[in-house]
Amino acid sequence: MDFDLSEEQQSFVSIVRSFVDDAIRPNAERWDLEEELPLDAVKQMADLGLFGLPFPERYGGAGADLVTLCLAIEEIARVDSSLAITLEAAVGLGAMPIYRFGTEEQKNTWLPSLVSGNALAGYGLTEPGGGSDAGATRTTAILEGDEWLINGSKSFITNSGTPITSLVTITAITDKGGDAKEISAIIVPAGTPGFEVGPAYRKMGWHHSDTHELAFGDCRVPQANLLGRRGDGLRNFLSILDDGRIAIAALAVGLAQGCLDECLSYAGERRAFGRVIGGYQAISFKIADMATKTELARTAYQKAAWLKSKGRPYTKQAAMAKLFASETAVEVARDAVQVHGGYGYIEEFPVCRHFRDSKILEIGEGTSEIMRMLIARELKLPST
Amino acid sequence: MNVVVCVKHVPDPNAPVEIQDNRIKRTGVQNVLDPGDMYGIEAGLLLREALGGEVTVISMGPVQAVEAIKRALSMGADRGVMISDDALTGADSLVTARVLAAAIRRAGFDLVIAGVESTDGYTGTMPSSLAEFLGLPQVTFAKRLSASASSVTVDRQTASGYHVVECSLPALVTVTAGVNEPRYPSFKGIMAAKKKPLEHLTLDHLGMSAADAEVEQEIVQISAVDERKSGTRVANDEAAARIADLLAEAKAI
Ligand SMILES: Cc1cc2nc3c(=O)[nH]c(=O)nc-3n(C[C@H](O)[C@H](O)[C@H](O)COP(=O)(O)OP(=O)(O)OC[C@H]3O[C@@H](n4cnc5c(N)ncnc54)[C@H](O)[C@@H]3O)c2cc1C
Ligand SMILES: Cc1cc2nc3c(=O)[nH]c(=O)nc-3n(C[C@H](O)[C@H](O)[C@H](O)COP(=O)(O)OP(=O)(O)OC[C@H]3O[C@@H](n4cnc5c(N)ncnc54)[C@H](O)[C@@H]3O)c2cc1C
Repeated sequence: MDFDLSEEQQSFVSIVRSFVDDAIRPNAERWDLEEELPLDAVKQMADLGLFGLPFPERYGGAGADLVTLCLAIEEIARVDSSLAITLEAAVGLGAMPIYRFGTEEQKNTWLPSLVSGNALAGYGLTEPGGGSDAGATRTTAILEGDEWLINGSKSFITNSGTPITSLVTITAITDKGGDAKEISAIIVPAGTPGFEVGPAYRKMGWHHSDTHELAFGDCRVPQANLLGRRGDGLRNFLSILDDGRIAIAALAVGLAQGCLDECLSYAGERRAFGRVIGGYQAISFKIADMATKTELARTAYQKAAWLKSKGRPYTKQAAMAKLFASETAVEVARDAVQVHGGYGYIEEFPVCRHFRDSKILEIGEGTSEIMRMLIARELKLPST
Repeated sequence: MNVVVCVKHVPDPNAPVEIQDNRIKRTGVQNVLDPGDMYGIEAGLLLREALGGEVTVISMGPVQAVEAIKRALSMGADRGVMISDDALTGADSLVTARVLAAAIRRAGFDLVIAGVESTDGYTGTMPSSLAEFLGLPQVTFAKRLSASASSVTVDRQTASGYHVVECSLPALVTVTAGVNEPRYPSFKGIMAAKKKPLEHLTLDHLGMSAADAEVEQEIVQISAVDERKSGTRVANDEAAARIADLLAEAKAI
């Protein structure tokens, strides 16, 4: 048994932390207010090599494991969830499907700019009519000659409308209307005629993460843009989500840790009834609980990531980590606001933003309900 | 262009300084690569990127100071030289310069870069002594630095502006914070650093003895500087004239 990070991972964490303190922390509140992805910050993250962490060197990546990527996501999320999800989605949902399922030609075309962070990609699974039930996809792609003719729409797609978005990968029905529904993944380059990016959503949190509704009206892309085997689209997408869940858990842990850090300093300074509030058990026990849950959530995501890097099954642990960490983040952020009293409700205090940013974690990349369904299935309980 | 960059491992400047027996306490505290030396490393890397060659990073200090060198290697420096010896405990600026000079002569170079002053000892005397020992011309306080294969050109910060100084190589340059924007090491850089050559030297390797490390300076007393006085508030109606007076008083204009 060994819970230590490698020496290299430890130095990397401290470097990312100082980068976050220098370049992100002073700006996070302003970016949140501006509600626009700060491309300068994305560029700085790219210079640090963050977007290429888990990809091999031949595509410009660093060849790191999932644990290392998660560590970077956690560090950023301590301070800024919007940038953390931008990184998580860019790597896990944008570049990873191309790397895992792409042909050598697709990889050579699209990966280098995604891996370097000069471009971002979106991943469109969710539709207006359903996200949890991913099989309910209604978008269609019909092969006409040597082109796919795409019609339909996608909802809530992260990184899909930035000035540097190079493509979105979408799921679409590619069958000819037979018995079995055939869902495939197709790469749609940004700017393809018929591919419309809707206005950015006004969101509760994740303000400067880029999220759009996408519409496809007689949009044509080359047949060669099929990603992975025809009919494997859904299965491939769902396996991508297993890793994504671990990374979301890391993001949730970062947010919880950020709240905890704020509470530790605030409760040590703020006085009420002649004492610092950290001296009251009602406060100190709350903070002790926050620290405990955060630590356990961290252990859970790191174990799941470790299982993956050992090539062992990790679906159950990934779902558990995502479920526990995201619910922890929401609870910890809510309690952190409480510890801060009225100031916790004011935007100058980071816990206020963390609270707004936390809720999505129980929804995105599989809701808490879906996580419980997955875990129950892994436990071999009867399915409904 | 082969560049040698001098770097120092110093107590974390974000933590309060602890003094023990008239010395900065260095054990049992968190030590880091002197933030001021990151500019020297970046300057070396930029020159290498423009002109080719290698960047060697050199430090004298206790064995754990090798962390400062590793940080430089992960930023992209090519090789490291760490000088550590029990006889060097408590070395002063002059001893440091003498030892570094011996090691730098051994490494070979076109240009030596150091910080203007360290964040801990802060004497700003080491680089000048080093240049003397190496018999090099020195250009101090660089706020901009460029080079060709045979010379360096430096914007040298002065009290009222800057001088543009050109100097033939080999030479020693000290750089100010702000001469460039130091890069952060990437994970790839950290992994690559593990495989880079890193020499560990003692006085013996440099043909020096404990006598060469004899400290002749004595620190008699250390005291805290006076706290900065609070600023002067200038009312709106008299602002321009009053500010001009204050600036003149401060010899800023
Ligand atoms: C900011 C943001 C970014 C996003 N980014 C992306 C992205 O990049 N790509 C992408 O494809 N999607 C993205 N999404 C979509 C997200 O993944 C979905 O919102 C999520 O999967 C839930 O789907 P839904 O909204 O359709 O909810 P629904 O599926 O309609 O669920 C509604 C409620 O019903 C519950 N529920 C559903 N089925 C069951 C069941 N069988 N048993 C019990 N309860 C059930 C759910 O848990 C939920 O509580 C994003 C969403 C947001 C808000
Ligand atoms: C108050 C006080 C306390 C001290 N306490 C100690 C102590 O506890 N232990 C101890 O060993 N010394 C101690 N010193 C000595 C001090 O560390 C030396 O003066 C030091 O070796 C060089 O001087 P500096 O830090 O003032 O360097 P400066 O001349 O200010 O440094 C300028 C640049 O020279 C280079 N440089 C300086 N030192 C090194 C080095 N060692 N290796 C590589 N490059 C270097 C760096 O590029 C640096 O930016 C103390 C000095 C003072 C004034």
